[in-house]
Amino acid sequence: MHNEHIEEHFGNRNVVEMNSDYYMVAIDDYPKDGWEKFKRVVKRAFRGELFVGLWVVMREMIRFDIHTVQYPIEKIPIGPRYRAVHEMKRLWESDTERCIGCGLCEKICISNCIRIDTKIDENSRKEVSEYSINLGRCIFCGYCAEVCPELAITHGGEYENASDQREHFLTFQDMLTPFDTMKAGAQREFEGFGAITPHEDERVKKTPLAY
Amino acid sequence: MEMAYFIETIIKIVVILLIFSALAGIGTYFERKVLAFMQRRLGPVNVGPFGLLQVAADGIKLFTKEDIVPTNVVGRIFKIAPVITAATAFMAAAAIPFLPSFTLFGYEVHPIVADINIGILYILGIMGVGLYGPLLGGMASANKFSLLSAARGAAVFISYEVVTGLSILAPIMMVGSLSLIDFNQYQSGGITSWIVWSQPVAFILFWIAAFAETGRTPFHLIANDHEIIDGFGTEYSGMRWGLFFIGEYANMFFISFVISILFLGGYGDGSFLGALGLLGKVAFFFFFFLWTRAAWPDVRPDQLMWLCWKVLMPIAVINIVITGIVMM
Repeated sequence: MHNEHIEEHFGNRNVVEMNSDYYMVAIDDYPKDGWEKFKRVVKRAFRGELFVGLWVVMREMIRFDIHTVQYPIEKIPIGPRYRAVHEMKRLWESDTERCIGCGLCEKICISNCIRIDTKIDENSRKEVSEYSINLGRCIFCGYCAEVCPELAITHGGEYENASDQREHFLTFQDMLTPFDTMKAGAQREFEGFGAITPHEDERVKKTPLAY
Repeated sequence: MEMAYFIETIIKIVVILLIFSALAGIGTYFERKVLAFMQRRLGPVNVGPFGLLQVAADGIKLFTKEDIVPTNVVGRIFKIAPVITAATAFMAAAAIPFLPSFTLFGYEVHPIVADINIGILYILGIMGVGLYGPLLGGMASANKFSLLSAARGAAVFISYEVVTGLSILAPIMMVGSLSLIDFNQYQSGGITSWIVWSQPVAFILFWIAAFAETGRTPFHLIANDHEIIDGFGTEYSGMRWGLFFIGEYANMFFISFVISILFLGGYGDGSFLGALGLLGKVAFFFFFFLWTRAAWPDVRPDQLMWLCWKVLMPIAVINIVITGIVMM
């Protein structure tokens, strides 16, 4: 609903330039003697600034432009690069998981919350056998997603990950894009650093072998 | 006859106590709603329709909270202080005519507990005694912020008693009586006979002093949340703190009644419309307390003292002198 919140509009913020949005506030000199003090008091008392304040709040009350977001019912849209709970992506061509089990994410993780275990499967290919992220330790720095050579692990937009325990583990299967989503072509790519070209999913051809 | 009068008075007292205790609660609801709307928020919305039951929820919370008396406090004084605040607020209401007299089941009811001939003096005196709530509570709390608040409370109350008293003196000279009913009769000739037209300066001064007496926002120094926590209320919990709260809100309502009756004609000629008019005026003054809280910043304690002794008190004295000269 409040889409205008995420679009920030910066005008000309250069103070020195002419025609900038910033201007210097005129500040009066301090009064030097009693007479000047008295004049300042009279000026402040009768300039009606108090009534300007009263008018402003009354105007806002009448206008009734409430800005409260009633959170569990309403939610503010988050940015496409928001770094929340991790997701594991699949390949657009073949729908298999992108993760090659290189273990770079485990190596780079500065809070040591990723644990990965691999094995050689029956086709002599490296396969991820165990993979877990401890969200209780994760600081959502984004290094794992940045270091991933296959764009396999990314961040998603799911930020409601409250848990009844401090440790809250995500496994590989939890994070992996479900088959149904993949078949519907609804896997969402993370738009962060190193992301694939926009609309790449529409250009790739699916592998001809049906499941 | 004696017995009937006795029972009538008891009933009046109970009704006033109940109505204004409830109004204090509903007043908090309106304060939260009005402040929220003025700051583009929603205020309480979740408990009951439009959040109306929030008052009940707060009441239940206050009543069931543990009553904590911290170590090092002066126990008896600490316990009695909130009672002083609430009690004096309600005692002051005894001399206020809330509505014109009306007939109920063939019995004429005067909605005033005691029409004493020194009503204003009594109200101002009792409100002055209300100082002992914050003062004793703050001093007994064994807390630096409470002590600061007690000191401020004593300074503010005593200073602004002067302004209240002096500003009210000129209207009293005109009316020639200290009874609020007499004040009302003096102004019963319609809007043109209101004292606010002949005594605008006294009206403004009394209004300003009312903010100090009730400790509302431009002069909200006694329990200034952002510098001295909750002032004298810091160490209080549960219903003891609630009594301070009820006292403050009841005071706001009563002082609104007093301003309306003293300066704005009260209930006028005593008709139904006049009674509605009085309630409307009271509602406006109560709303103004909330309005200023949303709009205005607080002043510093030294500025408050400066305002009282160097500005308001001289103006009040000059007002009395001019009134006296005109009346001669």
